[in-house]
Order: sequence, then structure tokens, then C-alpha cells
Amino acid sequence: MSKTQNSTATSALSVPSAEGPEGFLTVRDLRVHFPTDDGLVKSVDGLNFSLEKGKTLGIVGESGSGKSVTSLSIMGLHRMGTKRGAPKISGEVWLDGEELISADPDRVRKLRGQKMAMIFQDPLTAMHPYYTVGQQIIEGYRAHHPGTSKKEARTRAIEMLDRVGIPQPDKRVDGYPHEFSGGMRQRAMIAMALVNDPSLLIADEPTTALDVTVQAQILDLIRDLQKEFGSAVIIITHDLGVVAELADDILVMYGGKCIEKGPAAQLFESPEHPYTWGLLGSMPRLDRELQERLIPVKGTPPSLINVPSGCAFHPRCPYAELTGGRSTSELPVLAEAGPKHFAACHIPAADRHRIFTDEIAPRL
Amino acid sequence: MLVYFIRRLVNVVAMLLVVSAVTFGIFFMVPKLTGSDPALLYVGKIADKAAIEGIRHKMGLDKSIIEQYFLFLKGLFVGRDYSTGVDVTHCSAPCFGYSFKTEQEVWPLLLDRLGVTASLAAGAAVLWLVFGTLTGVVSALKRRTLLDRFTMTTALAGVSLPIYFTGMISIAIFVHQLGWFPNGYVELAKDPVAWFQNLVLPWVTLAFLYAATYARLTRATLLEVLGEDYIRTARAKGLGERTVIGKHAMRSTLTPILTVFGMDLGGLIGGAVLTETTYNFRGLGYEAVAAISASDLPVIMGVTLFAGFFIILANLLVDVLYAVVDPRVRLA
Repeated sequence: MSKTQNSTATSALSVPSAEGPEGFLTVRDLRVHFPTDDGLVKSVDGLNFSLEKGKTLGIVGESGSGKSVTSLSIMGLHRMGTKRGAPKISGEVWLDGEELISADPDRVRKLRGQKMAMIFQDPLTAMHPYYTVGQQIIEGYRAHHPGTSKKEARTRAIEMLDRVGIPQPDKRVDGYPHEFSGGMRQRAMIAMALVNDPSLLIADEPTTALDVTVQAQILDLIRDLQKEFGSAVIIITHDLGVVAELADDILVMYGGKCIEKGPAAQLFESPEHPYTWGLLGSMPRLDRELQERLIPVKGTPPSLINVPSGCAFHPRCPYAELTGGRSTSELPVLAEAGPKHFAACHIPAADRHRIFTDEIAPRL
Repeated sequence: MLVYFIRRLVNVVAMLLVVSAVTFGIFFMVPKLTGSDPALLYVGKIADKAAIEGIRHKMGLDKSIIEQYFLFLKGLFVGRDYSTGVDVTHCSAPCFGYSFKTEQEVWPLLLDRLGVTASLAAGAAVLWLVFGTLTGVVSALKRRTLLDRFTMTTALAGVSLPIYFTGMISIAIFVHQLGWFPNGYVELAKDPVAWFQNLVLPWVTLAFLYAATYARLTRATLLEVLGEDYIRTARAKGLGERTVIGKHAMRSTLTPILTVFGMDLGGLIGGAVLTETTYNFRGLGYEAVAAISASDLPVIMGVTLFAGFFIILANLLVDVLYAVVDPRVRLA
């Protein structure tokens, strides 16, 4: 395990209690359902987690597992509706003692970009092609600092570009997004997100659209900035490798639900859910000399309209028969599998540990 | 940028040469092939052989088609002398020749008619641009509501109904029955108020047709733009909806509209044939129709080249403006 984090460090994850938020960010029973012509798409279905300032949470899952929808719902960006129409959102999102789902949209707008900010996957499409990078950063700053002059905001923009490692920031501030390289563009995007010192930063697949060589630089930058600003960070990714280095805690999503969560070290050392095993097996590793072929998770992600009965993962689970039929009939709930480590799986714990140590671990 | 501009200007001239060659070819060669004689058209019905020959010589119609074309081009740039051997008529540049029908010079005629068409096109353009895009924006923002369905149905009607139908109906109601507007064109310089009054109805009729297209285009483009990632980013920054729509979304939405607008306006200044005919305005379009039915070849040549010039010019302007609007377009 290349992870250097001390496994006894306090975890940012905790079990949500019945009342009051326990973390800086607390998500409780979040449900995001899109009514479509084909039926109700349950993109997120009962998600719980909480996150402290200064901590990083990695949300991992395949496309369609609900991870991006989760982040957009926290930001309140799903209220405007999407191409699929406006979703029904229920549950609670507490940010610094304030509930956002039921809050006034204008209040949430004021928090957006100021207290919580977001970095998107593809910085080329996520920035307006007709405005300079500087204009776009200045605009974000002035939206939350109404009194500042353009000149002050510009100085701030240059300062931020410098901070995220863009050379000649006083010149690049007047450049257009298409004049930046992919990595520089994502740095500018990060500068834009951080211009108001947000205490929550959500990075939605921040490195997916980037060159492999640039990916590590961007992740390092996010880590450095987090240390500097002490903000809470959520990293959303399909790649466990991305969060392995960065996250304090990891939450694995499948079919709109959390199927396993826990401190990163624990989750990598003794993953509990067969789906997490699959994710680990399909992750290329450079720190192992003898590696067999990558093992993909067989099958396709579940339909979010007709979610498989019982455990949503059972059609793809190679060990489903060990549950004695419960996998198709009964919804598994998150159960404690270790200190602050939870997994939702019907396979008896003893069987799971045996399979992991005998079959899975040697292949990883 | 300058190099680009010069290159485009050369391009414009080349395009106009092609247009003129093709038009010249069609309108001067076809009569020759079908046996009708341009000289005969010029002199009219009562003429003896000598007079026809004289005209043929004077107009240069006895020369080869290639020679005639170059004489025509020469006339455009430096002017041209029409000589019967005895008396010489000088036609100064740009010389489009003389109308077969009225024996007037074509160029002053074109300039005169241009005023009518430009008045019509400019007023209508302002109307359709403002109302078309506004309707489109409202429709997009209120999509799937009753208002959206109503405006889009109206727009569909606007696109489908031809000018001669809406024009005739509007004349019947507003000119003849209600008597709100007079009919016929009055020059701006002569009487600005009458100019305006007489133009209101044609403006609205013409604008209705175009506004419908623009409303649909604006609606579709804005809906597409609203789905873009950078709109989500703008919202994620905490900008108000007014800024998100009015600044971020509209800037991108207006780009394709600008393109279409340039072409439409360019084409329209070359002659709003149906509108002018319906409202009996003697503009370029009206003149074109009259010239074609009278086989008045020099006038047809003039109107065609004139229209071609405006369309090509509008295209050039659109291309240049595009680079101003969209920084990704590099002019080089």
C-alpha cells in the first residue's frame, strides 16, 4: 500500500444521527429522482455522509452511479433542471449549520461560489469560450464582493492564477481558455473556484479530461491548496487511484446508493464489498512488479429505472449464491465492518473475509 | 487581420466577376440562341432595318459575346462611349448601359430604387431582430408552457404564410377597410412622416415572416446553450440568473443569429421582390420583376450584380464580425 496516511487518524465520516448536523457538511438521506417518460430515474437514493473541514472525501463509482448528481445537488445546481427535466430532491444537506435543500434558492446562490465551489471535469467546455480567463475569475469574485472595483478584482485574479502555478499570470489573465493548455486550463478553473476562499470544494472528475502526466500535478495542487486553506474537499471520480493518494475517507456508490464507506486506509487494506474488490482489481498499479491482467467488473451498471431487486449489485456479483437468496429479495443496509468502516453486503462476514484473503488480495 | 481583409476583398471582386460573367452569359447569350434580338428589343416595334443595324452597332451588339462582356466590364470601371459614328453618347463609370425600355441610364435608376428597398429592409430588420430574438428568448425560458406553445405556433404560421398572402390581407384590412395607413412609397427626404406612415405596414408584414424564423432559431440555440457546461459553471460561481442568461447564454446565442442576419439583410437589400410587388413599391425587387417581364437586359444585369454585391458584402461583414464576437475565430 503506497498510502502514507496514518490509519489511526480521526475519520471525517461518522454515522448520521437523528437530529442536528454532525459535520461541517452533512448529507442525510439525499434522494434525487428524475421523472422521465420511461419512469422514475433514481439517480441518488438515500445517501448519507458527513465531512469535516480540512478533510477530503472521495466518492467513487461507475458512470451513472449518482456521484455527479450528488455533487450538483449539494451545490443546488439541480434546481434549475437539466436536459432530463427538473428532479425531485429530498433529504437534507447541512453546510456549516445551514440546511440547503429547503433553503431559499437565492440564499443557496449566495453560498455558491463563495462558501462552496466546484471544479468540473472538462475545463475547456466548463469555461465560457468568449470571455478571457481573467474576466471569468473577476466575475466570480465580484459576484460575492459587490464593493470591489474591477482593478482590485483583477489583482486578486492575477494573485490566484499565480497561486495555482500559472506562469506569467499578469499576461495569462487576459488569455482566452482556448489559448491555455489542458493542465493550465484546469489550474485556471481551480483558481476560479478558489477565488472566494470556499470552505467546501467539490472536484468532479478533476483529472479525467487531462493528460496522465498532468493529472498528478493537478492532484498535488488540490492537496496543497487544501492544506493551505483548510477547506473540506470532495473528490468525485471513477478511478480509485485518484483518491488513493488524496482522500481521508472513501465512499463507494453503486446504483445511487452507498455500498461501502470508510477511512481510505481501511478501505484499501480490507475492502468489504465485492464491488469494491472489482474496482480495486480494475485499477492499474505501478507499485507491484508482477501484476496479472486487470480484472474488469463483469456486466453493466444497473438501470436506475428498474433497479435490480434486493442488492442492486447481485446480477454482477460472483458471490451472490453465498447469500442464501437474500441478495435478490432483501435490500442490504450499511453495517459496521470495522472502525468507522461500513459495507452493505449480504454475504456473511466470515465468508467475505475468507474470499478476500484467499482469492482477491493475492491478485491485487 | 489586414492581410485577411485584403485577401477577402480580392475574393469579393473575384466573386462579383464570376456573378457578372454568368449573368451576362445567360441574359445576352440566351436571346441569341433563341433567335430574339436585343437590338430589336431596344428600338421597339416600328423600326427599319437601318435603324436596327445602327442600334446594334451603337450598343456593340454586333461584336462577339466575349468582346461585349469586356466592353461591359470596361463600362463598369471606366465608363463607356456609345457611338453611331456620327454622335457619341458617353456613359460614365459605373456604366450598366441603358434600359431597353426607357432608354435611361441603368446606374442612376438602381441608386434611386435602392433607397426604396433599403428603407423597407432596414426598418423591417430592426423589427424582426428585436421581436424575433425577444420572443425566442422568452419562449426558451418558459419552455413547455402555454406561452411557449402559443408563440411557437404563431412563429410556425409566420414562417408558413407567404408575403403576398399576409400582405394582401393587411392591405385589405388596414388600408382599405380601416384606412389606418396610406399605400405607396414616399421618399424620406420629401416627407419623413409620410415615409414612415407608408412603410409601417410593409415593415410589419416583412418582419413577421423573418421574426418567426428568428424566434425559432433563438429558442433552439438558447436551449442548446443553456445545456452547455459553461452555463453550469456560471451558476456554480453564484451568479444571478439574470447574468447567467443575459450575459453568458445570450452572447453565445447571438453568434448564429448574427450570421443569419447578415445574409438575410444582404439578400433583402438586393430586392424584397414579393413585398415590393405586393405593396407596389418601386424598389430593386419590383424593378427586377418589371425588367424580366419586359426582357430589359441591361436592367436585369444591373439588379443582379447589385444584389450579388450586397450578398457578398454582407458575407464579408459577417465573417469579420464573427471574429470580433468569437475570440476562437482567428482571421489569418
